[in-house]
Amino acid sequence: MSLFGASTIARILISGILLGIGIFADLDETARLAVFAVSFVIAGYPVFIRFLKAIYYRQPFDENFLMTVASLGAFAIGEAPEGVAILLFYQVGELFEEYAVDRSRRSISSLTDLLPDSVNLLKDGEIVTTEPEEVRIGDLILIRPGERIPLDGVVVEGSSMVDTSSITGESVPRKASAGDTVLSGCVSIGGILTVRVTSLYTDSTASRIINMIEDAYGAKSRSESFVTKFARYYTPVVVLSAVLLAAVPPLILGASFEEWVYRALTFLVISCPCALVISIPLAFFGGIGGASRMGILVKGGNYLEALANVDTVVFDKTGTLTEGVFDVVRIIPQDLSEEELLRVAAHAEFHSNHPIAVSIRKAYGKEINAASVGNAEEIAGNGIMAVVDGHDVLVGNESLMSERGIAFERPEDFGTAIHVSVNGAYKGCIVISDRIRCDSCSAVSMLKDVGIKDVAMLTGDLGTVGEHIAGSIGIDMVYADLLPSDKMGIVERLLSEGRSVAFVGDGINDAPSLARSNVGIAMGAMGSDAAIEAADIVIMDDMPSKVPVAIKIAKKTRSIAIENIVFALGIKVLFLALGALGYITLVEAVFADVGVAIIAILNSIRTLRTSSLENRLKGQRTTPIP
Amino acid sequence: MRYVYRLDGLCCALCAAKMEDAIGKIDGVISARIVFMTLRLTIEADESDIGSIEPMAEKAIKKIESRVKMRKV
Repeated sequence: MSLFGASTIARILISGILLGIGIFADLDETARLAVFAVSFVIAGYPVFIRFLKAIYYRQPFDENFLMTVASLGAFAIGEAPEGVAILLFYQVGELFEEYAVDRSRRSISSLTDLLPDSVNLLKDGEIVTTEPEEVRIGDLILIRPGERIPLDGVVVEGSSMVDTSSITGESVPRKASAGDTVLSGCVSIGGILTVRVTSLYTDSTASRIINMIEDAYGAKSRSESFVTKFARYYTPVVVLSAVLLAAVPPLILGASFEEWVYRALTFLVISCPCALVISIPLAFFGGIGGASRMGILVKGGNYLEALANVDTVVFDKTGTLTEGVFDVVRIIPQDLSEEELLRVAAHAEFHSNHPIAVSIRKAYGKEINAASVGNAEEIAGNGIMAVVDGHDVLVGNESLMSERGIAFERPEDFGTAIHVSVNGAYKGCIVISDRIRCDSCSAVSMLKDVGIKDVAMLTGDLGTVGEHIAGSIGIDMVYADLLPSDKMGIVERLLSEGRSVAFVGDGINDAPSLARSNVGIAMGAMGSDAAIEAADIVIMDDMPSKVPVAIKIAKKTRSIAIENIVFALGIKVLFLALGALGYITLVEAVFADVGVAIIAILNSIRTLRTSSLENRLKGQRTTPIP
Repeated sequence: MRYVYRLDGLCCALCAAKMEDAIGKIDGVISARIVFMTLRLTIEADESDIGSIEPMAEKAIKKIESRVKMRKV
């Protein structure tokens, strides 16, 4: 690529100097023409060769065709310097395009450069260097300071600071010591770590992200498809018009042939669709790249486009606005000890993986006597029914209790109340509360700032609890008391109201809503694989404030794409009209063509820049949350 | 099966679209996709067909932009 560039620059310079000599030196006509001819060949031979090849393959209608015909035509009608100038400007433009595309490609490949080629495998106390594909789950690997973590795993020895910025976009390094999980793609910057591998190479976080990013560019946005389709018909139409322009007026009206051929040539030069064809994909490419740098993975240009149109954002409360980590905050027993109530509940929840079950077992803190737990059955969205020590135990929410005809007392605390009954008698309740994420509040206000009309929250909690949480974050639409299966119904209702909905969730049961909404956004670190799979956009560090950031990037990308389409097409149409009427020269036409392309490309590259957003996010992060 | 190739020297988005079209029409190709920005060509085809598809795809690419080199990754 660079060699090609260097030789092109040399050719352009030599040809340009010859052109200057031809124009300004005191030569007789033949010598002048000879100088122009040499300059012409030096400037144009690669274009001519490509043109001839295209004819050989019977695919002649491309920009090489336009340029060859225009420059040869100019030469033929006695405008030799203009013929050379066309070729020169055209190739300067091409060089520039290549440079811009290359630069963007490079900035993206730094993102996909997440995986090291080799791993230090610990085998019988010895370090063996091997390929990441060879490592199995359970193997021990060694990560030295400065090395990229090759596979996901759990630290068994040593401690270090880990730079997770390439995965999560978070710039502050995280501490990792024995027992902590480390993700592939991050860089260890402190000490030596010994890690027990928990994923195969193909399933590791880094390779999944790489696949997602690379696939992302395949899903074309509507503006991209429009441009490609447009260009396919555009060139033949313009060529035909040019032929008509050159032939019809002289033949019918008896006008000067030379004059109209010249106009037809200007027409051809302006018509080159490069500005559009390169700059629109480049804009989306940059938008996706810029977002990935901030820890937001967008799975395709089409989703970026859809996100720009969103007017309603729906959050599933748990795991997005709240941390999804529950703590037992209060135990209210009835005629038994707190300890005993917790013991019964923990045993009943023994088989469940629900976050609430996990928190109850954690609060109990002692070994569960598995033998004392009999049949257990989970009642989705309501609770659990189990046999503990031979007694029938019910652990669950209010509706479970009402359904079984058990009288209960509603605690005054805000939080989720889990009621317990043994053999049909009410035994009290355990109040569990989730922590609100530190940036939930700023996320909601930022969403309003970027023009989102409504922000809604879905929760399985009781109305009062849900409203309390929503109120403290600043959300005005709350749908509480929901079963997992109700969520999609609400998304569908909002869609049927004509809204464009983004759904933010993290659980397996969010997958249908993520798929059904216009744009599904999953929390990547907390989220289940099913949610990440179903989502169109993944937020790697689970910060809800990244949702407005993503919307901002989407809107910026879309407006740049629209700007380019309007600008490039507008200028082209204007110059085509001027050219047909004979108001501009060939050189001006080339300037119009190359200039438009360069401006459009420069405009597109702006999408890669996210520094202002990053600063804004940092500013938001430091504001205290009430 | 999906087969992935890298197209070195690809620098024209319009040509990429044409190549995608041309490769998609080759017998045995279930789907073909070229991502201009990452230079990736993905061909979905049966394992038994890929041997005959590969040279034809390469020819189709050369036909549209002769300086592009197709390389398996």
